[in-house]
Amino acid sequence: MKITQTPLVLLALGLTPLCILPAQEKELIDALTRIDSKGKGNAEAVQVWSAIEKLNASSIPGLLQAMNKANDLGDNWIRAAISEILSRSEKRFPQKQVLSFLENQENSGSSRKLAFEILRENKPALASSLVPNFIDDREPTLRRLAVGELLTSARGSKDTTKAAALFEKVLQKGREVDQIKEASNALEKGGRKVDLQSLMGFLPEWKTIGPFDNTGRQGFGKPYPPEQEIDLDAGYQGKNDKVKWSAFSTSDPFGMLDVNKQYGEVKEVLAYAYTTFDSDSDQVAQFRIGSKNAWKLWVNGKLLFARDEYHRGKTRVDQFVIDGALKKGSNEILVKVCQNEQTQSWTKQWEFCLRITDPTGTALHSRDTSNK
Amino acid sequence: MKALILSILLLPFSLFGNWLSFRGDAGNGSIPDKLSPNVGTTGKTSWRIDLPGRGLSSPIVAGNLVFVTASSGPKEETLHIMAFEIKKGKKAWERKFKATGRTVCHEKTCVAAPTMASDGKLVVAQFSSNDVFCLNLKGNLKWLRGLTYDYPNAANGLGMSSSPVIAGEVVIAQVENDAESFTAGLSLANGSTLWKKERPRGANWTSPAVIGNGGKQQVLLQSMKGLAVIDPKNGKDQWKYEEGASTIPSSTVAGHTILVPSNGLTALKARADGRSHTQIWRDNKLGPGTGSPTISGDMLYVVNKANVLTCAKIETGEIIWRMRLKGPMSSSPVATREHLFVFNEEGLGQVVEIGPEEGKTVASVDLGETILCTPAVSGGALFVRSDKSLWRLSE
Repeated sequence: MKITQTPLVLLALGLTPLCILPAQEKELIDALTRIDSKGKGNAEAVQVWSAIEKLNASSIPGLLQAMNKANDLGDNWIRAAISEILSRSEKRFPQKQVLSFLENQENSGSSRKLAFEILRENKPALASSLVPNFIDDREPTLRRLAVGELLTSARGSKDTTKAAALFEKVLQKGREVDQIKEASNALEKGGRKVDLQSLMGFLPEWKTIGPFDNTGRQGFGKPYPPEQEIDLDAGYQGKNDKVKWSAFSTSDPFGMLDVNKQYGEVKEVLAYAYTTFDSDSDQVAQFRIGSKNAWKLWVNGKLLFARDEYHRGKTRVDQFVIDGALKKGSNEILVKVCQNEQTQSWTKQWEFCLRITDPTGTALHSRDTSNK
Repeated sequence: MKALILSILLLPFSLFGNWLSFRGDAGNGSIPDKLSPNVGTTGKTSWRIDLPGRGLSSPIVAGNLVFVTASSGPKEETLHIMAFEIKKGKKAWERKFKATGRTVCHEKTCVAAPTMASDGKLVVAQFSSNDVFCLNLKGNLKWLRGLTYDYPNAANGLGMSSSPVIAGEVVIAQVENDAESFTAGLSLANGSTLWKKERPRGANWTSPAVIGNGGKQQVLLQSMKGLAVIDPKNGKDQWKYEEGASTIPSSTVAGHTILVPSNGLTALKARADGRSHTQIWRDNKLGPGTGSPTISGDMLYVVNKANVLTCAKIETGEIIWRMRLKGPMSSSPVATREHLFVFNEEGLGQVVEIGPEEGKTVASVDLGETILCTPAVSGGALFVRSDKSLWRLSE
């Protein structure tokens, strides 16, 4: 729902009504929401951008609303527009409407986060009072703030029972890796065993096949048989011998699948890992993979992303967050993970970890027994 | 009278020299003006201000403003571009954007690694996420691009650091990495892509450099393969040097001579036709460490991986003297005709008197914070930043 201005509201705010014609404002917003990749729409946006100079703070709710429709690039253009308006409005802005925009979770997370930042910079006490309300927010960056306050309280508490309860709440409400790790570490120091694999939705149970040849890093682009069909009973010619599928699981808290354990520390090779995920509904999902090796990820036969880079830093949880979807019932997940020719000690890892979440970062769990 | 009024109006701009890009206007670390060796934190016009986020990008100076970038947030997803008044460090403006590309970096570096570039009227900021922003000196957005948004595999797991350059009406943004490696020429007017050039696949943290001037400008692109010298208007190769080069320290331009961190250090001279080159000399004892070579008069200066500063003749490569500095070093030195200024990673600024026969440390300043950036110089002061602070160091 678009929030509209009335002259009375504007006068109450001490703002002058819009100097710009509605048609010009619409033209500007249209241009910014049409911005697309590879510079598409840049020239048009530059052409109408001067209209910003005629806008005042009363345009901010409309611009926030426009952010809901914008992609990440348009989002940044609108961010700049609001920043420029605020820089000349002497901290006057339609506070109630910005607050109302923030509170409406139908608005996009990014635009609501910006609404919060406007409040934080201009009305810090009000913004601070809002933070505890974000504990179940759909926007991860807002939710993080509320979880951060729980962590601060837990760290500062001399009452170990109270601190433990706060850390438990962080585990329940937290969605960000560092916050979950901190709470988990604190609880485990007190003797509590935390099942991070399950809590964070890592997939520990796989079938793997390999090693296939990756000499000269050429295997990354070569479609070996598992990319054509998944037949868990089949055997294929590998790099040296005939290879077949075998079960492989991990007990690592963060679901790290150390492929070296399966095939030895060999170089210029690749392997495939396959698993299924039984979803209770058709739903959008985020596939969060970490790997310092080159990899490809398919879901239900569709290539979601491929990354041809080796050993540039360590493997991290949620290193790549890829938007995708799960269908109701069984979903096939295939990962190709490659090892290159480097021989330095920091290049021996051949590994990945994968978890699935909803767009808010909440772990999704398979209904079947293997990857619950 | 009209001329006098105009001169008065322009006076603030004449008080501070510009420092428009990484390692200065010429991109070689040479300081055109005088700079006292006794600059420090307690000088009459010295100041220090807090920064809102991390960064190892160097400050730049245009008009009476010093510009710097930073990145903040749990994933360094907030990108800051800021301008401060040179005189007292008062913040003139700040713009914040969100990163549209990847923000994962090695702990030592961060998303605000590349240094801004300016033509004196506009500033261009690039980040490790490959977001590129162009603003005017008042902080008003001119245009923006998200080059990893455009090409999602254009990223480096360790972070990227190439600083953009401006050649005429073109912004050259180097986005070179293992996976999707390219350099783009973007219109300074509206950010649209004028050309996109496929580049060698491989991590590359070097920065482009501009040679020549006016309509005869060329841009050097360095990679592990060597050097490609291109026409900035269309990205087409003018000539190539294909004997390999470093992917960390960048080439340095000294007039018509190009000092390439290749097989130690290799000096090339571009021929008058602009389509070929001659190799003048090569010396494997002159290989730089992380920082790039610096120029002062007829001399070049390199700091190697063992923190040894070497002075050599640009024309012949003849080594004149060597001395050990206190390391470790990530930043590049800057130098007047008399003194060389360089900061180590521990925040110790070392001032070396660069005499004809020897180098001698004559002053130092301890900032007590990690310094990875290369200083900017303007109006008799050094500008240096850490993850937390921006300093103006004056006498």
